[in-house]
Amino acid sequence: MLERMQILMCGGTGCLSSHSKEIRTEFDKALSEMGLRDEVQLVMTGCFGLCEKGPVVIVYPDETFYSHVTVADIHEICEEHVLKGRPVERLIVKDPVDKQKVKNFGELKFYAKQKRIALRNCGNINPLDINEYIAKDGYLALGKCLTELKPLEVIDWMKRSGLRGRGGGGFPTGQKWEFASKSNDPVKYVICNADEGDPGAFMDRAVLEGDPHSVLEAMAICGYAIGAHQGYIYCRAEYPVAVERLNHAIGQAREYSLLGKNIFNSGFDFDIEVRLGAGAFVCGEETALMASIEGFRGMPRLKPPFPAVKGLWGHPTNVNNVETFANVPVVYLKGPDWFKAIGTAKSSGTKVFALGGKIANTGLLEVPMGTTLREVIFDIGGGIPNKRKFKAVQTGGPSGGCITEKSLDTPIDFDNLIALGSMMGSGGMIVMDEDNCMVDVARFYLDFTVDESCGKCTPCREGTRRMLDILNKICRGDGTLEDLDTLESLGNMVKDTSLCGLGQTAPNPVLSTLKHFREEYVAHVVDKICPAGVCPNLTNFVITDKCIGCTKCMKNCPVGAISGTVKQKHKIDLDKCIRCGACKKACPVNAISSKPEDWRAIVRG
Amino acid sequence: MGTKVLITKERLAKLYAAMERNKLKPGPLMPTLQEAQSIFGCVPIEIQKIIGKELHESVAKINGVVTFYSMFSIEPKGENIISVCLGTACYVRGSQGVLDAFADDLKLKAGETSADGKFTLQATRCIGACGLAPTFTVNETVYGNTTVQKAREVLAGIR
Repeated sequence: MLERMQILMCGGTGCLSSHSKEIRTEFDKALSEMGLRDEVQLVMTGCFGLCEKGPVVIVYPDETFYSHVTVADIHEICEEHVLKGRPVERLIVKDPVDKQKVKNFGELKFYAKQKRIALRNCGNINPLDINEYIAKDGYLALGKCLTELKPLEVIDWMKRSGLRGRGGGGFPTGQKWEFASKSNDPVKYVICNADEGDPGAFMDRAVLEGDPHSVLEAMAICGYAIGAHQGYIYCRAEYPVAVERLNHAIGQAREYSLLGKNIFNSGFDFDIEVRLGAGAFVCGEETALMASIEGFRGMPRLKPPFPAVKGLWGHPTNVNNVETFANVPVVYLKGPDWFKAIGTAKSSGTKVFALGGKIANTGLLEVPMGTTLREVIFDIGGGIPNKRKFKAVQTGGPSGGCITEKSLDTPIDFDNLIALGSMMGSGGMIVMDEDNCMVDVARFYLDFTVDESCGKCTPCREGTRRMLDILNKICRGDGTLEDLDTLESLGNMVKDTSLCGLGQTAPNPVLSTLKHFREEYVAHVVDKICPAGVCPNLTNFVITDKCIGCTKCMKNCPVGAISGTVKQKHKIDLDKCIRCGACKKACPVNAISSKPEDWRAIVRG
Repeated sequence: MGTKVLITKERLAKLYAAMERNKLKPGPLMPTLQEAQSIFGCVPIEIQKIIGKELHESVAKINGVVTFYSMFSIEPKGENIISVCLGTACYVRGSQGVLDAFADDLKLKAGETSADGKFTLQATRCIGACGLAPTFTVNETVYGNTTVQKAREVLAGIR
């Protein structure tokens, strides 16, 4: 039976945590009470991408986009929109860029510059229903490969498409498959690396939650190409929703004989099992990942031999990342030339980014390679909120670096980002504004790598720790100019001598901030101030004349350091103040400053 | 610390059943440890010995694996696990302040469990809800767009 209306609710982790499940239940209840349940289909989809607006509800056929929906709004939506055909004005999303209300979500500027290939089905289909995936040409590519193409042709198509690994390294996928196919070993494995450990990156999670079948289909295609019959998805345990949906999808695919024995009557067997990580970032490195599946401490080993020669349990293994796999079926559906035509000459296709930090539209987006950082941050991301100034964007997570204002017009691709001293990484993009201290940010990333270093090789185990000691010293206010030179030479040494990618890239956040924001480091060590007002020992909070005397800061101060009466300018007792910044956050008029030029005069009295 | 690990017959039976299942596939150790962690809330040395015997692995190796991964613990965690996300997106939006507020109120450092076994405070990696940054979770519930104020309110609610 066909329903006259579809209501899509985002079931991604972001929206689930703001109660989209309860919203579904409420829809069910309200529609049943009104006797409309049979006319409306309720679908829990994957991530729509615009997480900032969550929980998100989209009503078809008119494509009305409701944002920040709560359980209390459901009755009104059912009565007004479903029954009477009048969209609920107050819930319709406003375009974050120009604040205009938009009728349907196609008009949103957030989506205008995007091109969704890897995310093609995310937010469009019910990830728990294989039929919806099949209706979107799902498993057609696998059928085509198994019945029309020989394994070598499958690899040739992949090579011609120019697809490069989306997990960070950017190694050509077709070439990787070719290496693995060359071995005569009858036992080979396909591994999907879903150990998305980069803090602030959630593109793989979105694919796994929103379109799990695309990954299964691609792994089967890869298995056929290289001659493997068993696949593993190594997924981080922090993604319970993704794991549940993957296992559900695998069960369905087996039922439909799209996994298992003799797929499409071609004589080809392939099956997939999900294996869980246990909270170790280094397991995103392929050799560490395989050690973890085998039941060892997840420590990387020297390459060569590469996994394509000697991988899981000693057999040739091909490891690709989730997003890479999500692109694969499209290459066979539309042809390698179609795919190659998108993006830039050396980086074809699109890239998914997780945009976070100080940005108006936090969320997930997919753009053709070659889109500039400025377009991503300002046109799609909507720029910096609260009228703050853009300072830097960090790409590539703990392995990447910071990119400044002057490089914002660089077209994004693998090679350009490396030239800027950063890297693509898995696609996390964290925007920072003038309130972020770059020394503190570098310290934050290093703290992460020190914690996650597996300890196998000395440069990474000891070197990163010494670097962190120096950064802590600088943030405390005890740093010297000499420390900056030590930091730099130590960073280069760790980079050159570490065993695996983790250590080889760990100094990047430090080295790139040292390069682009040296004056901020100098301010910390010579002037003993933190220009952004973040490092507690090097800053003071003062209330400027903008104060309207609303008492909000007073109420939020955890140590009672603020005094003043209503409608009078308040004052901070700097002896009591613990520099937590709670007042600055609470102030509605931005009257609390930690800028050195504001507090110097006051402090010196 | 405070709470004792309960090794009951039922729980042990569950563990043995899990091992029987896992033994059928290659690489049974990680899945077994994951199940042990969820059954007992931790993987103490007694359990490591049982697993070693069943899976024919040395306790030394198992102990090495248990201590390597942050999701396995040797001591039980508190009744309420408060995890503050220190992923980058949350960090640049001020989650350190939220963590400090919890630490202050609970008189615990990140990674510690209170003496009465009621609370474990931990700093966690990105939970992928960056759109709601800064976030923290109490057991399974995610709290988004949090502030120091909100952290205190939530804590007061549990207490």
